[in-house]
Amino acid sequence: MATLNDYLLVSGLLFAIGLAGVVLRRNIIVVFMCLELMLSAANLSLVAFSRFHPVNGLPDYNGQMLVFFVITVAAAEVAVGLAIIVALYRARQTIHTDELTSLQG
Amino acid sequence: MNLAWILLFLPLVVAAVNQLVLRKNPLVPWVSTGSALATLVISFLLLGKEGTTGFNWATIGDFSLQIGITLDSLSTGMMIVVTGIGTLVHVFSLGYMADDEAKSRYFTGLSLFMFSMTGIVLSSNFAMTFIFWELVGVSSYLLIGHWYQKDSAADAAKKAFITNRIGDFGFMVGILLVWSITGTLAFGEMAIPETVSQGMITAAILCIFCGAVGKSAQVPLHVWLPDAMEGPTPVSALIHAATMVAAGVYMLFRVQVSLGADVFDGTAGNVIAWIGGITSLMAALMATQQDDIKRVLAYSTLSQLGYMVMAVGLGGGEAGMFHLFTHAWFKALLFLGSGAVIHACHHEQDIWKMGGLLRKMPITGFTFLIGTAALIAVPFVTSGFYSKEEILAAAFGKNKFLFGIAVFVAFLTTFYMTRAFVVAFLGKPRDHGSEHAHEVGPLMFVPLVILAAMAIGSAWLTGPLSAMRPVHEHGHAEGHAIILGASIASLVLGLLAGFALYKGKDKNPVSIPLFRNRFYIDAIYDNYLVRYFQNVLAAIVHFFDELFINGLMVGGLSRAAATTGNLFRRVQSGSLQGYAFAFGLGVVLVIYFTVFH
Repeated sequence: MATLNDYLLVSGLLFAIGLAGVVLRRNIIVVFMCLELMLSAANLSLVAFSRFHPVNGLPDYNGQMLVFFVITVAAAEVAVGLAIIVALYRARQTIHTDELTSLQG
Repeated sequence: MNLAWILLFLPLVVAAVNQLVLRKNPLVPWVSTGSALATLVISFLLLGKEGTTGFNWATIGDFSLQIGITLDSLSTGMMIVVTGIGTLVHVFSLGYMADDEAKSRYFTGLSLFMFSMTGIVLSSNFAMTFIFWELVGVSSYLLIGHWYQKDSAADAAKKAFITNRIGDFGFMVGILLVWSITGTLAFGEMAIPETVSQGMITAAILCIFCGAVGKSAQVPLHVWLPDAMEGPTPVSALIHAATMVAAGVYMLFRVQVSLGADVFDGTAGNVIAWIGGITSLMAALMATQQDDIKRVLAYSTLSQLGYMVMAVGLGGGEAGMFHLFTHAWFKALLFLGSGAVIHACHHEQDIWKMGGLLRKMPITGFTFLIGTAALIAVPFVTSGFYSKEEILAAAFGKNKFLFGIAVFVAFLTTFYMTRAFVVAFLGKPRDHGSEHAHEVGPLMFVPLVILAAMAIGSAWLTGPLSAMRPVHEHGHAEGHAIILGASIASLVLGLLAGFALYKGKDKNPVSIPLFRNRFYIDAIYDNYLVRYFQNVLAAIVHFFDELFINGLMVGGLSRAAATTGNLFRRVQSGSLQGYAFAFGLGVVLVIYFTVFH
């Protein structure tokens, strides 16, 4: 039987992998996927807490409700994000973050 | 008393109206001359009045600065000299400056000067004296530099002002010392407490004397006066012969009256007397070798001022003031006479290019002769004789060595004035200008005639004009016969030497470079004192300016801003992942500090 710590460990690993991907990868689509990975890590820890925190003998459904909202918002965010990436590619003919440095001081 | 306030402020009002309202109106010279005449009338009305009045100008705690007027025999007598010569100089200037383009500026400057000089004479306290002391410096600067297009005039004006400022610094220190000793600046209330040490008083007197050294052009600050001859000649007559340069002597005498004659006993008096003696000797030696007629007179003025200062230093302040009074008239006469000559010879000032002018310009020539006679102290008939006798008597009674110097200076005076007169007025014309010289107009010769009358008669008018004159209890001063003998001997020897050397000569027969080049004092000042002192000072100031002001304060602040700006610019790299990393790091840190602390 897996304990709460096991779930949190996996969640933390997923988050770390996602963050590493966001920081290190140059392809903006991969960066975007890594962002989704970080959201999933957060979802996983929410579900784990919900399962291991019973209220009146039942899991705490507040956590699971929050996960559904996150998934919904993430779906919308992906739609907007991918649209931005397409527009960006049309404008600059590249999706490599190295070459997108106009946001500097 | 109201008259006295009008006397003080009328010239200022006239100067302001001239400068601000009338500007280049041809009325300006007449307005200024009219105001000078009005002040002369007021001065006559004020003769014999006594009293003090004033108002508080600034109050700081218990201490208040007063603008006040003191009327006594000293100040009213001096006002006659200032306004009398001032009026004649104004009238003379109407003729002399008739063709000048900047007449208005000139007459405005004269009015400003009259205001400043009146302020010094009437002042009731040291602070006010100092203010007007600086104001005469300013008006002297403006008038010396009247022809500022000439570099030499502009330089001379600056030289006069800066040299005077050196002396004035000492004067200011002296005023503060007197204030700390007596607790008051008012001349009428000064008394030296018993507890003050002699050294302190000596220091205060010597510091005040510094002001007189600057203004009255004593060694070592005498260098500005000969150069001041770059100004228009009437200015030289009024400011640099009769009134402003005499202000130092007047102020010293004022101190003597206020603090008591015994403050000039001991070291202070000795230093003052010796500086006066040395000045008169050096100036007379330099005068023997000058070719510019105005410079001869300038050095002569220096020499006579040295006489007066020496007399004050020897405790004979009355003798000094008496000589100031007579000297003012005949030296103004000589300067205006030289102005008339220069005007007639088309601005030629070299005596070796003049000659035979006595025949061409008889009125100017004879009045100049009378002025010369007064300066060289022709016995019994000229005013200069009596005042010089008094100074010689003061020296004879106190210090035999200075007496010797004074007699020698009397000889030199006769010698160089004989030389100037013989070369410029006798013989035959040596140049085109003197060939065609004509007598000047009445605007110019009338003042000369009046001044000539005063040069003869002022010694007998000391009573009615309220001028100082020493009184001897036993009829004659001690050693009267010796003094008279020495004085007449120096006169005869000087005349003989002057005629023998210069009669009928067309070129300078003797040349003594040391005297001609003014003992090289100006050269030493320029080449050593100014260069090294000023350069070293400038280097130090520059160093501090660069290091602290520019390096640390102003420059440091701007550099600090630039450096931090550059530092933070690095952060805004535009790299997306860089931002994400910083963001992640920040989150980690926030969690770390909130959870684990």
